[in-house]
Amino acid sequence: MPNDVSALQLVLSSDPALFAIVRLSLYVSLSAVALAALIGIPLGAWIALTNFRGRQGVIVLLNALMGLPPVVVGLAVYLALSRSGPLGSFGLLFTPGAMIVAQTVLVTPIIAALTRQTIEDLWIEYRDELTAMNLGPVGRVATLIWDARFSLVTALLAGFGRAAAEVGAIIIVGGNIEGFTRTMTTAIALETSKGDLPLAVGLGLVLIGIVIAVNALAWTARRAGERLAG
Amino acid sequence: MNMLTRRVLIAAAVLAFVSPAVAQDKSIVVASTTSTQDSGLFGHILPMFKAKTGIDVKVVAQGTGQALDTGRRGDADVVFVHAKPAEEKFVSEGFGVKRYPVMYNDFILIGPKSDPAGIKGSKDIVAALSAIKAKGSDFISRGDKSGTHQAELNLWKVAGVDIAKDKGPWYKEIGQGMGAALNTASASNAYVLADRGTWLSFKNRGDLVIAVEGDKRLFNQYGVMLVSPEKHPSVKKDLGQQLIDWLVSSEGQKAIADYKINGEQLFYPNASDSGA
Repeated sequence: MPNDVSALQLVLSSDPALFAIVRLSLYVSLSAVALAALIGIPLGAWIALTNFRGRQGVIVLLNALMGLPPVVVGLAVYLALSRSGPLGSFGLLFTPGAMIVAQTVLVTPIIAALTRQTIEDLWIEYRDELTAMNLGPVGRVATLIWDARFSLVTALLAGFGRAAAEVGAIIIVGGNIEGFTRTMTTAIALETSKGDLPLAVGLGLVLIGIVIAVNALAWTARRAGERLAG
Repeated sequence: MNMLTRRVLIAAAVLAFVSPAVAQDKSIVVASTTSTQDSGLFGHILPMFKAKTGIDVKVVAQGTGQALDTGRRGDADVVFVHAKPAEEKFVSEGFGVKRYPVMYNDFILIGPKSDPAGIKGSKDIVAALSAIKAKGSDFISRGDKSGTHQAELNLWKVAGVDIAKDKGPWYKEIGQGMGAALNTASASNAYVLADRGTWLSFKNRGDLVIAVEGDKRLFNQYGVMLVSPEKHPSVKKDLGQQLIDWLVSSEGQKAIADYKINGEQLFYPNASDSGA
């Protein structure tokens, strides 16, 4: 990417390198949120509806994991995916796949913890009805997740915000390879280290714009969905 | 479809999803230093290599210490760094196949225009470091085991300073890359040892200028090594060796010599000097 033009000019001239970086950022973070949702929503709902020994401890732990330091997750995933590590044979280190794995680890506790809270509140409200309907545990979880689907969008957005904003994990496991694993945040870190602060700031503004756009899209979809659902 | 088949298919789908690039084969990973990347050298020479061989070179830019560790773990095919003793150790321990000298440039001591240690224009790096210590002028150290950090520690030793013991509040180890160290020096008007390539391409100079250059002890040699396929069978030895052969060939050496910023050459090829 040329250094002597501002990020705004890059956008206006539809620079293919910048688009590739934006596309990769969205691909990695949205994939991570999708995988984390597949794991985190059922897990959170299950914890909300199930009584087991140590449940309070699990909830505290889940809430605490929302604050997992990205650099620690990055290091752990790095050691796991390294050729010398237990999952080395997959050859995932320094690929977008490794970045998705790391961000999934970061985002899953956020989605699970927020889902747990949402579903538990709903469960208190609908407990009698659901008990009367005589649904099994899987049916209850499914019904409550469906009823909470619009509120759960917020959990997904919180997860996406975390994924799109972090640099600590993906720069370690992705390696910030030009044209392959360079995302918005790692590009900002790189331009800062090159001393090109205006370009770094420009890229930062583009990133914030993208995050706002994704949130606006999700908000619109949620409103439309609520209207359709009556 | 039975349960097991379905599970296997789901696992395969998830893997295909997270590893879209595993199938790409004509590519190698090179663990290198921030200086080769940030100076723009790779951006200049690697497209030529790709045009000739079709091999995609993925550069992971780290400090020399970390780059050697990446090679040691088998996570790179080729290591391209600048700390000869550490490189020779890497090869003698069996992690690298053979070390090839590729090119050199030099380190320079950067400092504020106001020159509080009174060393600007000197060609004696050892006297300059002694003056910085005597005056207690602010000094930024990489502190990250990079090639530049190791060179800096070595120069303190030559100056007869045991920096681990003698450092005062004027000596700040930031534990980050070359660019971050230059940013810090620029913001705090401190001295810092830098490689010339990164300095020439660095934009946020503020009041910083070159204080000391041209001392033979500031020589900065780069070497390249293939990671041992015996230690790590996943190493792409043919593709990796093609890169090394090209770097030390007359064509690769010319490509390195041709890289200039504002008419100034950044790296000097010397693959033919077997003692380098």
